[in-house]
Amino acid sequence: MAGGNNRRIKELTQKRAVCAMPIAGSYRSIDFALSNMSNSHINKVAVFTQYNAGSLNEHLSSSKWWDFGRKQGGLFVFTPALTAESSVWYRGTADAIAQNLAFLKNSHEPYVVITSGDCVYKLDYNKVLEYHIEKKADITVVCKDLAPDVNVDRFGTIKMNEESRIEEFEEKPVVAKSNTISCGIYVVRRRQLIEMIEKCAEEDRYDFVKDILIRYKNMKRIYGYKIKDYWSNIASVDDYYKTNMDFLNPEIRNYFFREYPDIYSKVDDLPPAKYNTGASIKNSLISSGCIVNGKVEDSVIFKKTFIGNNCYIKNSIILNDVYIGDNTHIENCIVESRGTIRANSYHKGENGIEIVVEHNDRYVI
Amino acid sequence: MVKKEMIAMLLAGGQGSRLGVFTSKVAKPAVSFGSKYRIIDFPLSNCINSGVDTVGVLTQYQPLRLNTHIGIGIPWDLDRNIGGVTVLPPYEKSANSEWYTGTANAIYQNLDYMESFNPEYVLILSGDHIYKMDYEVMLDFHKQNNAEVTIAVMPVPMEEAKRFGIMITDKDHKIVDFEEKPENPRSNLASMGIYIFSWKTLKEALLTNAEQPGLDFGKHIIPYCHAKGSPLYAYEFNGYWKDVGTLNSYWEANMELIDLVPEFNLYEEYWKIYTRSEILPPQYLASDSVVEKSIIGEGSEIYGQVYNSVIGCGVTIGAGTVVRDSIIMNETKICSNCEIYKAIIAENVLIEDDVKLGIGEEVDNETDPHIYNHGIVAVGEKSVIPKGITVGKNSVVFGETSAEDYVNGSLPSGKSLIKAGDKQ
Repeated sequence: MAGGNNRRIKELTQKRAVCAMPIAGSYRSIDFALSNMSNSHINKVAVFTQYNAGSLNEHLSSSKWWDFGRKQGGLFVFTPALTAESSVWYRGTADAIAQNLAFLKNSHEPYVVITSGDCVYKLDYNKVLEYHIEKKADITVVCKDLAPDVNVDRFGTIKMNEESRIEEFEEKPVVAKSNTISCGIYVVRRRQLIEMIEKCAEEDRYDFVKDILIRYKNMKRIYGYKIKDYWSNIASVDDYYKTNMDFLNPEIRNYFFREYPDIYSKVDDLPPAKYNTGASIKNSLISSGCIVNGKVEDSVIFKKTFIGNNCYIKNSIILNDVYIGDNTHIENCIVESRGTIRANSYHKGENGIEIVVEHNDRYVI
Repeated sequence: MVKKEMIAMLLAGGQGSRLGVFTSKVAKPAVSFGSKYRIIDFPLSNCINSGVDTVGVLTQYQPLRLNTHIGIGIPWDLDRNIGGVTVLPPYEKSANSEWYTGTANAIYQNLDYMESFNPEYVLILSGDHIYKMDYEVMLDFHKQNNAEVTIAVMPVPMEEAKRFGIMITDKDHKIVDFEEKPENPRSNLASMGIYIFSWKTLKEALLTNAEQPGLDFGKHIIPYCHAKGSPLYAYEFNGYWKDVGTLNSYWEANMELIDLVPEFNLYEEYWKIYTRSEILPPQYLASDSVVEKSIIGEGSEIYGQVYNSVIGCGVTIGAGTVVRDSIIMNETKICSNCEIYKAIIAENVLIEDDVKLGIGEEVDNETDPHIYNHGIVAVGEKSVIPKGITVGKNSVVFGETSAEDYVNGSLPSGKSLIKAGDKQ
């Protein structure tokens, strides 16, 4: 599911879908779900895109990065299309599947994994499937306990009984009854899914969570599979910022970058990062293609960024291909990709994170 | 019928013995260069950027790393339905079996490969130079002059000319004579080892000289074509071109990449250099790290200090360690509180705590002074240097060494420590 937009992430999705948001210097959000699929030996993957899919389609231009370029299976991208039966956008997650039901019907794999493309995690879906079979579940929902102080009002919250069967499921509750949230990852038998989606479509219902999970929770055997490892949703500015900054933590960095299996992404053929005299970098991630002349502290610098002399960048995220002129101060900011920040400018997020979008003329160097 | 106007044949079978331990397990074209690249990336990228999409790579010496690097050519967009990159090792024939005995002999043994593309021109390249060159421009020059052979040349300082094959040309760039490493050079145009042949001329020359032992382009084929009266032209190239055949020239070419605006610029959008990237994550520089005037590859983690160095991908440099004027290749780990001066450290090396490299007086290397010189410390791939060891200048370490291999915990300048079993 990669069609979504989210107003909580503000200006950053004006030019791209949430799933195409750059993560941790070298990746995009959808890489995590796709790599998990590939590493779980799932070789037939459909991506549903809708909102502002340009950047995402460019990223998915070849399936070889995730090793999906196979004769059997492969990577399929479904964008809403005008057909004899339908002339509408995807009206919800269930509707996206309903509009492409032929793909599901023509497949022969017994199970389907549904996941969203805006989460950062590593998961072997086979483990969820084993659990699903063992519990004789109709649907298995991957879930996670969040810390009690985390606001869960933008997630679906779950209450399970002692056998892990889901008893209550609330979508985006105002006052949450539990801090166990759904990660938006589901395992379901293919025929079961087709049946439920068809029924849903007949009743003009379009949402997988509201119209399937919640409505069927007493009738069908819906179980929760709890994960303990790192999982983070990036669909709000604060979470996006925090998720990126999490990669400065050595444990999280090792978990994603050095432990098997790897996360794959599109290869950009950029030269190594270059540090000139005057560069000073403390506790930061720097990606390939960057040229650094100034100071960087506690920040994540994405690919192909140029940082001029005497710059000071702190607690910030600089997205791909940004040019930062000399003597610039950037603190507590997210700088949008392909921006050009004029020399001698000053940006500081005073209350929370400031998003900087600047498109000045770039001097050619 | 399949038809390609120009195909390239890339000679990548040589050992490059003057790179010492760095080519004891890998062919020279597969040696890493400029942090994330390998030497062969430069001619391969030049090919695809010049519109040459059919490349035969002739391998012979230690081809494993080269084969895995090239694969089916995806990084260079050379995975094609027709053409693309093909690795061509020597093979057994019904009558005789022989290795590639010379540059032209290797090409001769692959006549069938070339014939299958029905080319008009064949570009001969070698896999051991660092440069960006548009072969299409060279081909235009070849066509304009109705040449049968065009040799790329570059002007070198007159005093260095005696190290090269020198072309003597008339005012129309036509080659009137040539001399191999002359005492008193009559010109300063050095051959770069890049040739364009008209296919008929090449085929005829190879078939006629097939019996010549060690058939070589410079020694046999070019003189043959000249004697026969084929028009030979010199195409003058004035861009950056660097032979990285010796440890010192290899070291210098790497160091040129870290200049403020390097003469050989990898950061231009135009004429990208492609390589196989297995390591994707960004690099991490810790709170106590200092990095100045260096380039660093993907996925490296720096906790210490790095000055004037070229660091590969997936490298770890521990806290308190100082690295200066050095080249460190992929996946090498240098632990804490080491001092590394002017060292070239190959891939997958482990250097334990408190090791010092490049300390002391400069003394000529006792066994191979022509390889290990200019004060460089060379550490071969997969080597281990145990805790607390000090290593001098012009020295070599290769193999999994332990404390017993060193006298008083040190290897003096000019000594080589190559552990038995790993010796090639």
